Amino acid sequence: MANGAGPLLIRGGHVVDPRNKRDEIADVLLVDGRISEIGRSLRPATGVEVYEAAGKLVTPGLIDMHVHLREPGQEEKETIATGTAAAAMGGFTAVACMPNTVPALDNVSQIQFVLMKARSEGHVRVYPVGAITKGQEGKELTEIGAMFRAGCVALSDDGLPVANSNLFRRALEYAHTFNIPVIDHCEDAELFKNGVMNEGDLSSRLGLKGIPRQAEYIVVARNIALCELTHARLHLTHLSTSESVALVRDAKKRGLPITADTCPHYFTLTEDAVAGYNTLAKMNPPLRREEDRQALIAGLLDGTMDTIASDHAPHTFAQKSREFSVAPFGIIGLETTVGLLFTEMIQKHGMSVMAAIRTLTEAPAQALNLPGGHLTVGSIADVTVIDPKERWEVKTFTSKSRNSPFVGRTLTGKAVLTVVDGKVVMRDGKLLD
Amino acid sequence: MPFKHKDLLGIEGLSPEDIERILHTAAPFKTLFTRSIKKVPTLRGKTVALLFYEPSTRTRTSFELAAARLSADAMSLNVDSSSIKKGESLVDTALNLEAMKVDFMVVRHSVSGAPELLAKSVQAHVINAGDGNHEHPTQALLDLFTMREKKKKIQGLNVAIIGDILHSRVARSNIWALTKMGANVRLCGPATLVPQEMRSAFGKSVSVTYQVKEALDGADVAYVLRLQTERQLDHLFPSLREYHEFYGLDARKLAWAKKDCIVMHPGPMNRGVEIASPVADGPQSVILDQVTNGIAVRMAVMYLLAGGKV
Repeated sequence: MANGAGPLLIRGGHVVDPRNKRDEIADVLLVDGRISEIGRSLRPATGVEVYEAAGKLVTPGLIDMHVHLREPGQEEKETIATGTAAAAMGGFTAVACMPNTVPALDNVSQIQFVLMKARSEGHVRVYPVGAITKGQEGKELTEIGAMFRAGCVALSDDGLPVANSNLFRRALEYAHTFNIPVIDHCEDAELFKNGVMNEGDLSSRLGLKGIPRQAEYIVVARNIALCELTHARLHLTHLSTSESVALVRDAKKRGLPITADTCPHYFTLTEDAVAGYNTLAKMNPPLRREEDRQALIAGLLDGTMDTIASDHAPHTFAQKSREFSVAPFGIIGLETTVGLLFTEMIQKHGMSVMAAIRTLTEAPAQALNLPGGHLTVGSIADVTVIDPKERWEVKTFTSKSRNSPFVGRTLTGKAVLTVVDGKVVMRDGKLLD
Repeated sequence: MPFKHKDLLGIEGLSPEDIERILHTAAPFKTLFTRSIKKVPTLRGKTVALLFYEPSTRTRTSFELAAARLSADAMSLNVDSSSIKKGESLVDTALNLEAMKVDFMVVRHSVSGAPELLAKSVQAHVINAGDGNHEHPTQALLDLFTMREKKKKIQGLNVAIIGDILHSRVARSNIWALTKMGANVRLCGPATLVPQEMRSAFGKSVSVTYQVKEALDGADVAYVLRLQTERQLDHLFPSLREYHEFYGLDARKLAWAKKDCIVMHPGPMNRGVEIASPVADGPQSVILDQVTNGIAVRMAVMYLLAGGKV
């Protein structure tokens, strides 16, 4: 990812930059890893590479704030190299990776390992999220300050959320010391216990252990209460129920420092996708009902949901080919997020392009205090170009895994250029070294 | 007209005509059992593999006898000592059996949906012999056969299913079978074991009550489910004594049903828990008829899946 790139002029595209409220045709010039100039009819000096972006959208580099890169420990599913390659293909210039690796990212040397691997093998920026508790065991706090200094951008016990409310309170308070956000996967472990899909009529018919919606929103409510107590920054991730959306909407009205995201699969699919014991529709939280899908869409449209994250969770084909109850939770998403956002939210539900782009740029950058997320002269040269009209079929993946329920689906909207630090890492569906 | 299914994975996927066809086919097979030679050559040369990932004596023996009486060769895989313990996946085990050219795979598995996964992976006919909490289709078919034998028709019968509905594949298959054939199903048990969704999930002819008296009022059939006694550990009921007091079928409770109500149980019974011995062994019990009929029904299923003509 080291910058050795010459100047690049992205010419004639429709620039969409939520931070600067720019929504117009303009040229963007990148020099030495910085945004050098934005304006009409910029004249490239000789030797400046030009990318013709007419008819396309030029946006700040997209950020996926919730992915699983599986390294260290589960390299058969994904590595930092393959996961960031998938990110580049999907138009992402940065990803925040969750700490539930083996071993967990719960100390300085693990954080350093991820950053070192990302520097040498990564295609895009990688921001590690550190564990809240040692080994994600929910017992003892990690060295949050030291991990923060080493480059960890947020804290989370994603996948094994902290059940102990007192410990979670202390984590929020302590993290507040460093202004580092806490990301929570909201789940009551005892209500969830052994569940594999949404609890309801379909789980009753299939004879599968259900996960009641309450398992999520009880903890959303608890977390909001603890946020009220601590005033620490809290981000609630991959929300799946209508009640969660309502709770977050209310908390925001009361001015609490809460942000939230949902994933493309929750605004696209419902639990019906599980019929026939389809393990590609098995994720945690589970796909819910149509009412929930509609509530999440409404939450995105009114801004209650700040960001969209993929929860990219690669698993091998063999693991996903097992019995439904035994197969692991999770689907990949880095390469389908843009297509689903454009197809489902913009085209079907009338979300404005500006608001849609905000969920993947300015909003995650703000939630995690990241550089970028906007196109301001002098800021880092992370840029994505999207063809909003390209129709394509989801078929193959750059990720090491292919556990996606969207294979075979036709989407409209695709990233065609990914620029990280002024350097083109993906152009027209091809990775560049 | 050939039977159009490759596999028997559940009752949900069968039409009333399919069910009728199986019951109709089973009847002549049953008449064999009273002869001195209890065998027909129908499936001679066919191989039946029995994969039981969960212990079962009754169902496995029933399938073995069904295969034997059709002149097929049945072999039981002793799963405890075989590949699963070495970590082989279900699909790999099945592909190996497929490579050995077996014609039928009868599978019992603790995980819902396992037979469906198997059926997608192999050419052989897959018969679900009970998967997790999902379905146990041959049990429901033998139950229907028994009900019809005793009550002449299924249409309009009031059937009370009492016990742990939540975890019961027998209940699910019977609900599908009975509602498809026009019976009224009353589900009864404590609220922890009878989720509200059971009403909405299975349609209008299913009702839920927590009172045995209500469930048995006017009932033609009292179907008692086996209680997995370890469920107590999941806080689903406080004690076996209390369970028996409120939901165990004894003579006092059975008197609430119609005079000629029959008593059924899929076995094996916990005497003194879900059913009292005087009822299990009493004149209204048809529990052993169910066992006999199971073989005839399983013969019919194998015969039809193999493409048999009636």
